[in-house]
Amino acid sequence: MRESIIMKIHYGTALGAVALVAVHILMRMSQKFSDSLQYQNVIANYHFLPYALMLEVLLILLSVHGFNGLRVILLELKQGSTYERMINYGSLAAMAALIAYGSRTILMAGMGVS
Amino acid sequence: MAVVAAKPSEEPKSNTKTTGQTDTITLRISRSNPSEGQESTFAEFQVPVQKWTTVLEAILYVKQNFDHSVAVRYSCRQASCGSCGMKINGRPALACYTKVSELDSNVITVEPMNNFPIIRDLAVDFKQLISNHKKMKPFIIREDSEVTPDSKEFIQTPQDLEKFLQFSYCIKCGLCNSACPTMATDESFIGPQGLAQAYRYVADNRDKGKDERLKIIDDSHGIWRCHFAGSCSHVCPKGVDPAMAIQLLRGYMLGFRK
Repeated sequence: MRESIIMKIHYGTALGAVALVAVHILMRMSQKFSDSLQYQNVIANYHFLPYALMLEVLLILLSVHGFNGLRVILLELKQGSTYERMINYGSLAAMAALIAYGSRTILMAGMGVS
Repeated sequence: MAVVAAKPSEEPKSNTKTTGQTDTITLRISRSNPSEGQESTFAEFQVPVQKWTTVLEAILYVKQNFDHSVAVRYSCRQASCGSCGMKINGRPALACYTKVSELDSNVITVEPMNNFPIIRDLAVDFKQLISNHKKMKPFIIREDSEVTPDSKEFIQTPQDLEKFLQFSYCIKCGLCNSACPTMATDESFIGPQGLAQAYRYVADNRDKGKDERLKIIDDSHGIWRCHFAGSCSHVCPKGVDPAMAIQLLRGYMLGFRK
């Protein structure tokens, strides 16, 4: 993939994540902050489908943005075609693994499986 | 780093005509020869200066009177050729364009530029800078670029010229690349000099090679690795603003500019 496309995705995911994190923080304000962290209230978030979907999207945005940022830092630290290929595929695999694990958590909490 | 104090065997013979007040400064010159495995040391020299003496003149005084083996690249002595770039008191600058009096110090340290392989002492290798410059295709690309008796001039308004004029003032001295923090870690990075040159031709309305150049800089060590520290623009002796050129180029890449 061309670097400009990757960076467009990088900037886009950053903007999307800022918007969704803002919604996430505002949702904490619908009740007392300490109450919003109570076990039942946290679980209730996952049972509310639109909110669970938003968390899923947020997870994807942050994973894509974060791991691409890490990839960029690592590419600047060291150069070489083997190293760069390793970093590119490694960050892609780590990104997919984090999304899979996070999605599993959201799904299980949403279905009431603990 | 070890410090080697030069002890001239006799008083230097100065053949400069002095009309103003003469002060003496300590000039510390970084000496190294990597090809012979010689580590960097500093040699100190006492140099008489006047208010108009440049750092290059002080170095040449050392070569003439104390140690002719000091390696320094220079040519025009008027900030046109871009040969005498070096670190002067820790900041990249042209030695011929920096007066000793403006440094406000009696001790002046000169070192080779960062982010370039050292050839010897103050002389660095420009191979990568020139190769990156060439990679940007620094010429007008268009099919009818050959002027024939029937061809017309390529019309350009003052407004068209204004878009790229400052970037054509680049003298390839390498100070911007030396000041760039990304170049310090990423040796494959094109660098502010190359990117500013890419913009200079992309913004030229006579040029038709925009897509070709944008493709070259759209690389994992291309334009996207700039973190906009802005130090390249800060050190440019010709008033070129490579940091702005990079941001304007990004506008083309992201589709904000056509």
